[in-house]
Amino acid sequence: MTATKDATWMGRWWRNVVLGTDRGRPPSVGGLILRGLAIGYLAVMIVLPLGALGLEAIRSGPSALLSALLDPFARHALVLTLTTAAVMTVINAVMGTLTAWVIARREFVGKRWVNAFIDLPLAIPTVVTGLMLVTLYGPASVLGTVLGGSIIYQQPGIILALVFVTFPFVVRSVQPVLLELDPVEEEAAATLGAGPWLTFRRVVLPTLAPAIFSGAAQSFARALGEFGSVVLVSGNRPLETTTAPLYIYGALESGDRTGALAVSLALLAGSLGLMLVFNVVQTGKTGS
Amino acid sequence: MNLSSTTREPESRAALPVFDERPMESVAPPQGWLGGGSWKAQLLTALVLVWVGLLVILPTVSLVFEALGEGPARLYKSLTHPDVLASFRLTLVATLAATALNTVFGLMIALTLARQSFVGRGLADALLDLPFAVSPVIAGLLLILLYGPMTPVGGWLDSLGIGVIYHPLGLVIATAFVTLPFVAREVVPVLREFGIDQEEVAHTLGAGRWTTFRRITLPSIRWGLAYGVLLTIARGLGEFGAVLVVSGNILGRTQTTTLYIHDAVETFNPQGAAAASLVLGGVSVGLLLTLEALRERVERRECHAATTAATKGESSTTATNGREPRS
Repeated sequence: MTATKDATWMGRWWRNVVLGTDRGRPPSVGGLILRGLAIGYLAVMIVLPLGALGLEAIRSGPSALLSALLDPFARHALVLTLTTAAVMTVINAVMGTLTAWVIARREFVGKRWVNAFIDLPLAIPTVVTGLMLVTLYGPASVLGTVLGGSIIYQQPGIILALVFVTFPFVVRSVQPVLLELDPVEEEAAATLGAGPWLTFRRVVLPTLAPAIFSGAAQSFARALGEFGSVVLVSGNRPLETTTAPLYIYGALESGDRTGALAVSLALLAGSLGLMLVFNVVQTGKTGS
Repeated sequence: MNLSSTTREPESRAALPVFDERPMESVAPPQGWLGGGSWKAQLLTALVLVWVGLLVILPTVSLVFEALGEGPARLYKSLTHPDVLASFRLTLVATLAATALNTVFGLMIALTLARQSFVGRGLADALLDLPFAVSPVIAGLLLILLYGPMTPVGGWLDSLGIGVIYHPLGLVIATAFVTLPFVAREVVPVLREFGIDQEEVAHTLGAGRWTTFRRITLPSIRWGLAYGVLLTIARGLGEFGAVLVVSGNILGRTQTTTLYIHDAVETFNPQGAAAASLVLGGVSVGLLLTLEALRERVERRECHAATTAATKGESSTTATNGREPRS
């Protein structure tokens, strides 16, 4: 409280920066213990593992990591992950928006059920998802024989699994915006002679665009790391259906730590970069 | 979601005097089970119905059929297999242990992030989200690199007789890692919303930190906390990738239910896999429905609080202004 404590810059630094405040006051001992435990847990659970990853990366050296990354199997896995995630994102951006629009604007039989089922992929464990898709579309099922085994254990199966797992993101991101959007605007456009498609494209879509983008970005980020559903659906054939997470797992199993590390670092950089961009966009939106 | 969609629209129309007298339904009454309207709108509705059906509903139904296809006796037999029972037990114990850890420390993290200000708070805030951005397999890799038998930390713990990788403790740590953000992320906004006024009053009246927390803070955040805890449990029960990497998948010792399902599929026992999936999926869906009910309850309470605050008028606006010293 007294000015003498703040006389030196170190004292000021200690009080203002390190000790900081607790509910606007200088923190008590209890507050410091609370902070210490909270930061300690984060340190043990998150910083330590990250540190171990960094150490291992340094120990392997950049040239070994780079050559592991340029390995044709690793490269194919990364490219496959990116392309399947991109295709899935386009599908979900379109179908998710349509689904949200139909649920928000139309009355039909079983609407409650459809709405309830949309959240299901968030609840279902990913392995169960994989099993569900294999039992319905797999080679042993009726639908699978009709489709001639072109989905499960093939690349379309990976996309199907990713579409399932991330289905709620776009729908649940777009739906509240649609509900806020007054249907009167759409009715006005229709009264002025615009067809449903023109109305949607010129009136509804511009308002929804940020929500669609945010849902799509979430889906893409999630798809980069998806493992449980893909492992059952893809068949995990190297150079064909092995995605990056499957490659990491396979490399770990066969004792190829450098390979696992290199692909993990690439995948981590991708998802962290996406998270960063997303946060910047998000804060920019709320800030303006 | 359903409720809001059916209740909100009439309100928005009621605000418009012209449309108020002639509701939308009289212009285009719903006909047929696709809801009437132009054929394009009907086609779109049908398309979405087919999409949701093929993507979500039919796979769910086919899983139930697979599990029950050979009769309830077979289902019972599959579920009471010792390996399955052991996997249920292990999944439950690991999830509950991870949830307990993350609830206690998640509350501490939330209180620290919402109430304190110090150097590195932004960094802690960002680190908290990391488990959400990391693939489960990479989470497993991180833990192997830290606790693996050949690492300094793993070797040290091993000399103390504590095994992590290929041991049940590893399952707990892996589950705790992937579910770490849930409790803190659910509680922080509630704490910010709640503000510090009541805590200040308790403090002025001589209540200690612990009493204030127990009597004032905890009751006000209980729904957010419950929501976070349920999310943690739901996610923990279904965790697969991180657990697979860390566990070694030792039958009866480190085989969780998701690992059992994976194994059963690999060893051509689809019925056993479907039976265990039915239980795991059923519990997860049950938790999801509880969450929905909880969210509606919290939203209704918040609406109620908002209306009472609005009727109080000026005094409450000044109070809310003072509530968020740093947001």
